[in-house]
Parts: sequence; structure tokens; C-alpha cells
Amino acid sequence: MDDILIIGAGQAGMQLAVSLRDLGFTGPITLSGSEASGPYQRPPLSKAYLSGEADVETLELRAPSFYDDKHITLRCDDAVVAVEFTGERGVATTASGARIEFAQLALTPGSEPRRLQIEGGDLDGVLYLRDLSDADELKGRWDAAANVVVIGGGFIGLEVAAAARKAGKAVTVLEAADRLIARAVSPITSEFYRQAHRRRGTDVRLDARIARLVGETAVAGVELEDGELIPADLVLIGIGVVPRSGLAEQLGLELSGGAIVVDEFARTSDPRIVAAGDAVLLPHPLGGEGRVRLESVQNAVDQAKVAAATLIGKLEPYRAVPWFWSDQADLKLQIAGLSSGFDEAVLRGNPDDEHFSVLYYRDGQLIAIDSVNDAPDYMAVRRALGQNATIPADQAPDTSRPLKSLVVPSPA
Amino acid sequence: MPDITYISPDGTSTTLEARLGDSVMEVAVKHGVEGIVAECGGACSCATCHVYVDEAFTDRVGGAGDLEDDMLDGAAAERLPNSRLSCQIKMRDELDGLLVRIAPEQL
Ligand SMILES: Cc1cc2nc3c(=O)[nH]c(=O)nc-3n(C[C@H](O)[C@H](O)[C@H](O)COP(=O)(O)OP(=O)(O)OC[C@H]3O[C@@H](n4cnc5c(N)ncnc54)[C@H](O)[C@@H]3O)c2cc1C
Ligand code: FES
Repeated sequence: MDDILIIGAGQAGMQLAVSLRDLGFTGPITLSGSEASGPYQRPPLSKAYLSGEADVETLELRAPSFYDDKHITLRCDDAVVAVEFTGERGVATTASGARIEFAQLALTPGSEPRRLQIEGGDLDGVLYLRDLSDADELKGRWDAAANVVVIGGGFIGLEVAAAARKAGKAVTVLEAADRLIARAVSPITSEFYRQAHRRRGTDVRLDARIARLVGETAVAGVELEDGELIPADLVLIGIGVVPRSGLAEQLGLELSGGAIVVDEFARTSDPRIVAAGDAVLLPHPLGGEGRVRLESVQNAVDQAKVAAATLIGKLEPYRAVPWFWSDQADLKLQIAGLSSGFDEAVLRGNPDDEHFSVLYYRDGQLIAIDSVNDAPDYMAVRRALGQNATIPADQAPDTSRPLKSLVVPSPA
Repeated sequence: MPDITYISPDGTSTTLEARLGDSVMEVAVKHGVEGIVAECGGACSCATCHVYVDEAFTDRVGGAGDLEDDMLDGAAAERLPNSRLSCQIKMRDELDGLLVRIAPEQL
């Protein structure tokens, strides 16, 4: 029997199951999850859900009836703890002791927050944000919290900081590096966000050196190495994620830096097993050099589609323009392409107006854009990258002309 | 609970019940209506939930907001005066019976 097991009922796992059906696969599909609820969207956890504008039902990726309609067996709240292949068939064992047999396997376990190893790190009120349960705990403490300290100036930390400021709390962001969101954007965009958060009343500290978290049972403050004590009744730590690769390790799959290595068809080092989403390291999806790990909805969805096709024997290489967004206060950041490795950054518009874009180039070729409150620029670049087109760097700053009118084919 | 009817590009019609406050996109996606992709899950960041609002409802539904307006310019299918991003239309009682046609291309 060609039954398929998907481990990880999140953004990628759900898409993989749906895509299998869309592609005409009629065999049994089991989608196995460790959380109490079925697949849901994570982005709103640090945005609309936190501010109360979205509820649990809004987060659901599909209605419960959808899985029945599509004959997808959704098993929630029962993590797979062991998995192995014996000959042609495999078997997974869950925490409750259930055995699930399968012929083909997909791993979509996502990632988990990197833990901060520090004195006081386990005090009450020191939180991370990945799952709905984390978000509910954060929300439960939200109203009572007056002083919020965010450790880590990445997307999630800054989104929570913005929401906390909006709710009238005193907010401090402590970032160890010399700029914000350093992994994803250029210094121009980083500096813009530092100023924008400061304008909104958030105390942003770069090069922050944290000595320890202090408090009796509940956290009361964050002590810096220079002795300064920043009061805190809630500390949110957002210092990146680590891929969940325990099962991949059991299966003897190739890992790199903890991530599951896949090829452009989402195949792991064992061709019977595909993997997709936050947990994998994949070839650059636009044909660039090297391998990348992408923590985004776009990647989870697009890679899951490729993985589904591979499982039914249709090999289609993963080619997609990566894109991402982040909502912080009234600032909408939209990113298309991957800027890593850029050798030229061109500013279009004025950051002081909170309406601008940064276009990234490598060897004269457009590779990415960060847009703040400028959807037309973002859309123009997203389309250009998908069509192997470019925008001459010397013309890009000219805001008197729409960016899309400047798009030209890339030189061969 | 208000009803919404979706006409897919292949002509299939689907009528679903919405919760008040749900977006027109959400209701479709959660029940697997073909043609609404909604890659960004309603963040007004992808323009892959493009629909044409039936003339009888355009006034009640209203026009696109600024960000949505910009995103619609980049939508894959032709933009018409009654184009909207369905994630930005929240269901209210007065929209009961809403009819939308799903744009033929989203990506
Ligand atoms: C707060 C927050 C905000 C975000 N904002 C954005 C944003 O604005 N834009 C954007 O593009 N992306 C955003 N992301 C990232 C995006 O949500 C992830 O990239 C995406 O969810 C990855 O999908 P995935 O399927 O790989 O992992 P997940 O969605 O995490 O799903 C993996 C699932 O597998 C389960 N699992 C793991 N191990 C097992 C096991 N052994 N057995 C059974 N189940 C298992 C996990 O519990 C989890 O439910 C955000 C993430 C967070 C946490
Ligand atoms: S769902 Fe992405 S813009 Fe509507």
C-alpha cells in the first residue's frame, strides 16, 4: 500500500497533505501533530492574535471538516517519538504508544526557539513565542505587565515590542549585535527600525550585554553587565530558532548545523524521505550559490508543494522567489528575494518618511528588496525576480517613476 | 450567520456560512474553495486572494484601503473596478448573500 505519513502538522505539513490530494494522490495520508490543535498560522501570534484582533478560530489553516472531506487523517496532540524503516515499509511510534505504518515519509517538524542559557532564565514570566500555547501564556500575562523587556531584536521580538508599546507598556529591546534584524536585512533597514521603534517610545539597546535575569520566583528585572537594572515583569526572548531534527537523526539523515539537508526536489539523503519547512537546509531557490534555511510561510508552502510532487514521482525543482513580511506598529515591511551576499544596496525614497525601499544587487543584478510601507515597489521587484528581470541600479532611486516601469530583462 | 457564494474560475459555485467578522478569504480557504490561494494568510501581503465583487454588493462592500489598493495593482489577473482582496472584506450581517467571482489567476 502506498500510504504516506507526514510528521509535523504545521504550515508545511498541512500544505503537503493538501497538495498530495490536489495532485491526485488517493492513498491514505496521515498528518501527525504534537500540538493540541490542528494546523494553524503562526504569523498572527506576534501580531493580530496578541493584540486581540484575531482569535483561535481565525488562526486555523483549515476547518476541521476539511480534513475529513479530503480523507486526511489528522492526529493531533500525540508526537511521534520514534520512526524507522524496515525494508520497504516504515513504522512510527507516538508518545501515546500508537503505531503508524507507512510506505513513504515526509518530515515537516518546524523549529523551536533557541533557549537563552542565563542565570534567572527559568524565572516565572520569562517567555518564548512559537506555539499557540506560548501565545496564550503571553496573552494571559499581557494585561498585568507594565514593564516588558524583549531580548533579541529580530522580527518576532520587534513585533511583540511594537504590540506592547501600542498597549501602553514601557518596553526595552536588548539586542546583542550592533544592529537590529541583522540576519535578514541590510544596515539601512536595521537603522530605520531602530529609529522607528525609538520614535514610538521603545528603548532600543544595541550591543547589549546581559548579566542575568533577577527576581524571587517571578522575574523582576534584567541586569546588564555594567550593573544597570532594567525593571521587567515580562521578558520575551526571541533569539532565533533551532530546527527540530531529532527524528531525522534517528533515521540517519544528513544534517547540517542541525537542519535536515534536502535537494531541490525536497529529498533528504534517503530518497524515500522528503522534508520541508523551517527544519530544512535547501539549495538557494533562485539558483544562487550555496544552501539556505528559510523561516517563512512562503518557503513552507512552496517547498511542501515540491515535496508532495516528489512523493508521487513528479520531480519538479523548487524555484520560487522567497518573500516575507513583518508588521510592526503601522510599519509594514515586505521582503522579496534573498539579500545575503549583496554587494550594493540602493535606497529609494526617504526612511524619515517611513515609506521607502532598499534594493539589493550582486554583480549588478537585482537580488532582493526590503520595502517599508511601499507595496508597489515590493510587488514590482517580486515580479521582476520571478521573470529573471532586473532594475538598473542607477535608475532605482528615481521615485518620480514607478519601479515597475523600470524593469528590464536581465542580461543573459 | 451570513452566507457567501463563491464562483470559481471554472464556473463551480459554492455557498458557505461565515462567522461574523471572518474574512471572505478565510471562509473559502478553510473549506477548500478552489482558486483562492491566500499565501500570506490575510496579511494583505500577497494579492493571491483576488476576487470580483458582484455589482449588487459593491456599494455595501466598499472600496479597497490604501495598502490593498497598492497590492491589487500587482495582482496576477486583470484589475477591475470591483476587484478586492478577499482577506480584507470582513463579514457583516448586511453582506448576507454576498456573491464574489474568484479571479482566474492568482500567482
Ligand atoms: C510568532 C511568529 C511569527 C511569525 N511571523 C511570520 C511572518 O510574519 N511571515 C512569515 O513568512 N513567517 C512568519 N513566521 C514563520 C512561519 O510561521 C514559519 O516559517 C512556518 O510556520 C514554518 O512552517 P513549518 O511547517 O516548517 O513549521 P511549523 O508551522 O512550526 O509546524 C511544525 C509542526 O510540527 C510539529 N511537530 C514537531 N515535531 C513533531 C513530532 N515529532 N511529532 C508530531 N509533530 C511534530 C510541531 O509541533 C508543529 O506544530 C512566524 C513564526 C512565529 C513563531
Ligand atoms: S491573503 Fe494575502 S493578500 Fe489576501
